[in-house]
This record gives sequence, C-alpha cells and structure tokens, in this order.
Amino acid sequence: MDRRKSIKSLLLGSVAGGLALHGCKPGSTEEAFSQELVEDTNYFGRTPEELEEIAKLNAEQFFNEHELQTIEVLSNLILPPNENGGPTEAGVPAFIEFMAKDIPDLQTTLRGGLMWLDHKSNTAFGTEFKTTPEVSQKEILDAIAFYDPEIPMDEHPLEIQFFNLMRNLTLTGYYTSEVGIKDLGYKGNMPNIWDGVPEDVLEQHGVSYDEEWLAKCVDQSKRGVIAEWDENGNLLT
Amino acid sequence: MQIKETAVQYDAIIVGSGAGGGMSAKVLADAGLKIAVVEAGPYFDPADPKQMTQLKWPYESPRRGAGTSRAFGEFDMAYGGWEIEGEPYTQKDDTNFWWFRSHMLGGRTNHWGRISLRFGPKDFKHKDVDGLGENWPIGYEDVKPYYDKVDKLIGVFGTNEGLPNDPDGFFLPPPKPRLHELFYIKGARKLDIPVIPSRMSMLTKKINNDRGVCFYCGQCSRACQVYADFSSGSCLIFPAQKSGGQVDLYVNSVVREVTTNNEGRATGVSYINKEDRKEYKLRGKVVVLAASACSSARILLNSKSPQHPNGLGNSSNLVGKYLHDSTGSSRAGFIPGLMNRKMYNEDGVGGMHVYTPWWLDNKDLDFPRGYHIEVWGGIGMPNYGFGFNPNDFNKFFGLPTGGYGPSLREDVKKYYGSVIGFGGRGEAIAREDNYCEIDPTTVDEFGIPVLRFKYQWSDFERKQAKHMQQTFEELIYSMGGEPLGDTPTAEQDYGLLAPGMIIHEVGTTRMGDDPKRSVVNRFQQLHDADNVFITDAGPFVSQADKNCTWTILALSWRASDYIVEQLKQQNI
Repeated sequence: MDRRKSIKSLLLGSVAGGLALHGCKPGSTEEAFSQELVEDTNYFGRTPEELEEIAKLNAEQFFNEHELQTIEVLSNLILPPNENGGPTEAGVPAFIEFMAKDIPDLQTTLRGGLMWLDHKSNTAFGTEFKTTPEVSQKEILDAIAFYDPEIPMDEHPLEIQFFNLMRNLTLTGYYTSEVGIKDLGYKGNMPNIWDGVPEDVLEQHGVSYDEEWLAKCVDQSKRGVIAEWDENGNLLT
Repeated sequence: MQIKETAVQYDAIIVGSGAGGGMSAKVLADAGLKIAVVEAGPYFDPADPKQMTQLKWPYESPRRGAGTSRAFGEFDMAYGGWEIEGEPYTQKDDTNFWWFRSHMLGGRTNHWGRISLRFGPKDFKHKDVDGLGENWPIGYEDVKPYYDKVDKLIGVFGTNEGLPNDPDGFFLPPPKPRLHELFYIKGARKLDIPVIPSRMSMLTKKINNDRGVCFYCGQCSRACQVYADFSSGSCLIFPAQKSGGQVDLYVNSVVREVTTNNEGRATGVSYINKEDRKEYKLRGKVVVLAASACSSARILLNSKSPQHPNGLGNSSNLVGKYLHDSTGSSRAGFIPGLMNRKMYNEDGVGGMHVYTPWWLDNKDLDFPRGYHIEVWGGIGMPNYGFGFNPNDFNKFFGLPTGGYGPSLREDVKKYYGSVIGFGGRGEAIAREDNYCEIDPTTVDEFGIPVLRFKYQWSDFERKQAKHMQQTFEELIYSMGGEPLGDTPTAEQDYGLLAPGMIIHEVGTTRMGDDPKRSVVNRFQQLHDADNVFITDAGPFVSQADKNCTWTILALSWRASDYIVEQLKQQNI
C-alpha cells in the first residue's frame, strides 16, 4: 500500500495561527502560501544495500527463547510500565535482539550477563532469574545496579557492565518508541513555525530575549513573501 | 578489453555533483552548453518518498537510528562515510587521516550543516598578516560579486553586522534563539565573547517559486523534501534541468581518469559503470573536476600520459600537497539552569541559531589564525543513544548513579535538554608535507589506484585546540555549568580531532600565478592543460576559520563564467 499523507492542512493551520498573532489582514500574500508534504510509511529511506543488510539480520536469531524472556523480565524491572506502557509495549526485547546482531560487540556482554544472572539466582534462590520472585530479583539487581561514574565503565566488573548496558538499551529502546516518546513529551518532528521560546519557559529559566536581537529575526507573517533586497543587502520584503 | 566511447561530444564534462559540480552544471547549462554530469553514486532526490528520511520516527527502523550503516546515524542523508566497502584509502607512517565520502547525486551537500560563511578580506591574504602559508592570487573583491549572487540564488539566513573579516551579505532573516542559545548568549557576553545569529543556508523566507520554506523540523542533515535548504541536487542540478538545460546525468559512474591527446589537452574522461562494471569513455571539449579535493587530486594523479608522466596538471609536483582540514575540538557541559524543562517544539532549523565568529587578535596569542564556535543543545528528537547513562549528572548533586525502577523516568525528564555542546572550527596552516598521493600497492574494486594520506598537525593547531578547550570551560562555568569529562591533555593534543574529521579538506590543487608553485590559475584552470578546470575545494590556498562550502560555490560560479567566456571566444 502506498500511503501518502498530506500534512498541508496542519501547516495551513499553523500559518493561520501566526497570522492571527501578527494581525495580518485577510487577502495578504501570506494567505496563498502553503506547501504540501508527502510521506510513504512503507519506507524509511534505506538504500537497497541497507535493506538487504536488515533482512539478513532479521533472518538470524541470536538470543534463544529463554534469553529473550529473561530480557523482557529484566527490562520491565529496569523501567516498570506506567500509563504510557513500558519496555514490552516499546518492543524493547526485539530491539535488543536486533542490536545484538547489528553491533556484534554487544553479544558477549549481553549473553554472558544473562548467564551470570541465572547462575546468581540459581545459587542464591534455586531458581532461574526470570521465575524468581521479584523481591529476590531485586536483591540481585541491587548489588549490580549502581556504579561510580568517575571510573570508566570497562573497568567495572562484568555484571555491572552488563546491567549498565541493559539499562542503556532498555531506556533508549523505550524512549525511541512511540509510547516512550509520548511519555517523554517530545513535541517535535512535525511541520510547525518556530517563533521563539514560550514566555512561561523564559520566566522559569530566568532568561529573556533582547529587543535588538528580536528585531533582526524573521517575521513569520511574511515568510511566504519572496525575498528582495536593496543593493546594500537590506531586506525589503 | 574494449572501452565503449560515446559518439556525442559534450561542451563540458563535470565530474562530481556536490557544491562545486552542481554550481558548474547550473552555470554551464544555463549558458546553453551541452554538459554531462558524472556522479559515482546513485540518483537522489530529497523529495522522493522512498529515499526520504525526513520526518521519520526512530521506531520506524529496527535499530532506532543507530549509526551502524551511516556514520552520523541511519537517518543522516549521506550514502558513504569514513569507510566505503571496496573503496579503501591508506595511511603513510603514523598518519591518522579520516576521509569522508558521500557517493550520491548532490554528494555531501545532502547532509552538511549548512553553515554558510564568506571568507573575509584577511582570509585571502593572511600571509600578509602573519607571514605564514601563502596568499591567494585573488582577493575578497574578486569573489564578493559571486558571494552576492550565491546568497541571492541559494538563500542564506543571517544578519549584517559590519564585521571586518566576516562580511555582510544578502541575508534572509534568522530564526529566534532557542532556550540553550539564550543561555549561551548570556554566558558568552559575561566573558566579552561576541555572539551573532548564525549564517546558514535554510530558507526562513521564500526565495523563489521553485523551493519551499523551512517548516522547522530541525532535520536538514536528512535533506529537505520541500527544498528549503541547500542541497546541490535540489538547488542547482534540478533547476538547471528544468530550465531547459542540456544536462545528461551519468550516475553510478566512477571516473578513473581524464583522457588526453598528443598535445596534452583533455579529450574527456573514462569511467566505470558500477552496474555492469565495464569501462566507458565520454568526450568533451572541457573537463571540470569537482569530485572533492582529494578525489579530484586522485583522478589527476591517475591520469598519466607521455605528455603528463607525473599525472595530469602535476608538472609542479604539487597535486595532493597542501591538503588541510579545519581544526576541530569539542566539549560539552551540564547546565543545571536548563534542568526540568517544559516540553514544546523547539526543533527549529537543523543546527544552531546563533554562533560566535573569531573574535580575538592573534598578536596576543601563542598560535596563528582563529576559530569560530558552533553551539548545540536542546530538547531534540530521541534517537539511539538517548537515555544512556540517564542519571550520571547525579554525581554533581552527591546522589548515587545507576539504579533501576520508576525513578529513572524522572531522571530522564529532569536532565533532558540540560547539556550544551561546543565545537571549535579553526584554521590550520597549509603545509606542503601534508598531502595525499597514489598508493602504489593498492587499488579499489574498480581497479583504480587509491589514495594514501600523510598528515601531521603542528603545534600551531594544537595550541589553538588548547585555547578552544579553555574557552569552552570558561563558557560553561559562565553559564553556571560543569564541563563534562576531563580537560584534554597535551598527550591528547588538547582534544584536537584527527585531520579529516571536520570534513573541510581543501587545498590539494592550489591556486596561484606561478605554475611551479601552484596547480591551477586564478580561474581554476590547470596550468598544464587549458581545458581542465577544478571547481571543488582543491584550489583553496588556505581554509580560513570558516566552513568551505559558500566559497566553493562562489568560486565555482566564477570559474564557470570564465569557462563560458573562453568557449565563446574559442580560446579552449
């Protein structure tokens, strides 16, 4: 399916807002200005070679079923779900499976760390990590979850490196997912018209614009008017 | 092997489709000439939904934007990178030169930072100031009319500040600063470091009816589908085709050499078609090399003939010499005043809204030449790497780092947007003993001998980097922040990045009036073959503390006007 979406209306809406703000009269040149954007959600800009590489990685399986289940359990302990979901809804286990193949340097730390977890759990509680009661799981994690940031990570013991890597992959997997971006509150990646930092934000952080600087900046109500200059480079439009 | 030769004779064959090649194509095609543009990579149009990465979300990819297949992250619009499979380059002695290539229509202009700075009067004659390097044979007054034309044709936002060595131009109005940029302005002013609106080639305002206007997604590095930023394809090559120009595009075509006749003049080029891996020849009255400073040098050095035993244009032995990249050193800081941010869309244009041009006098310093400061930060779109070490900054508050559980969500939000980063980009002194040459033992997968690099920084550049780091730390403290990581030491060259890493490599076919001390004349015409021109950054005598693209464009236009005139007068 070739789904093409026009974001035209959204952009028009923004311009109209800007117009109202700047009090432009209807019928000005700005009114006629709009631009159509396209997208095709079947593609994400891969070259044929890159698509082949992804297909190749997808055809391989690195973690076994037990390891993937352990990853899921562990990632949900690292970042328990809230109303915007958690690692499971963000596809974190599949993401970690892919990254382990995409960046093979991660493999030994991840797989070795999972074995370490089970060994630790078996020794202390007589069960594999994933089926150990949560209170016991946390007892294991409490011993490996903290680190001294002044010491380079590769000088820490394996289990601390492993947990750090799992925490990083869990968080990055979550916050790059649809549910995680919603949870974070990131508002961009869409057409809009940047017209400065909101007033309440300026106030919160104790900064302000100075008028002299603002006077040089773009008047967004005239963005659709073709630029013309005098011979000295002064913008006339 | 039989080499297929086309029957048609072009007025000009242009090798490469980036800034220099694109501008040559536009000027020559607009003058009614029949031209061929030969590009090593595939066709690319930023408006093609299948090639597009603009406005994609990280979760549309299984690797969430990680840089495994593209050096600057997988949504960056450069096909290629520091290493290209099957197309190696090598190093001499203990050189560590990084060579970034992007093989696609438009080349590196599809992903570049769009920082568009004119060189100033001093930059063309800097030897007069400090006795180092060499002066250009031309001056600012020769290039100014072309900078003006480039501003108006392509569009660049900025402000006329009346600075002596950062000339005014024909600017579109700049966007308002973001929050971290307001912090930067405030912090820098306390230190008497000037800050002005940046000068970048995005359209904050309409410039013609063929190109759109910036809609502030902050993704210029992904190439813009409405052509609101400068890419060579969308702003030069497509318009040349549209206005009825006779432009034949040869994509996936790797030029091996310039062919010459018994008089030593160019007859065309030979290239390898990547699809059938066969060699072909094109015939042309003029050959314009614009394959990038190092690639054009490579083609010249590989174009050996009885008339040019040393490589075409190389009677001076200077092809490949005087290679120099901008200096670069970077630092980031944690700014507590930027913590706990409210969320709103501050994507803005791709890159910085403000910057600091070089502001000091070298008379008071222990190194020559200057640098400008680039600024980054803000609440940008998460991609692979976001959320790594989510609470390392706890150390500044005496709190534990690491852990797990719901508090990590709070940590991520608390620190989101609280880091500011600086990049110093400065001028290195061009030296004859920094160069690229042909490696006699290595060929690429097309059988073409590859480049070998020899490059060492000197104390000039190291001391400049040391000054950058001192400045960055002062700036971070002035903003109430803490520099991240340790101050780079002398053993670490004060954080000076390896040559090539700033991707401003220039100077391999430098310009001059003396054929013994330069490769091209002041119109970028080979001293040794009058129908071969170079319109990439190879002819740069020196780099300035600016980025090179705007000057590539202005000089390419100037050289291309000269080509048209010379063809009309039947001089070539």
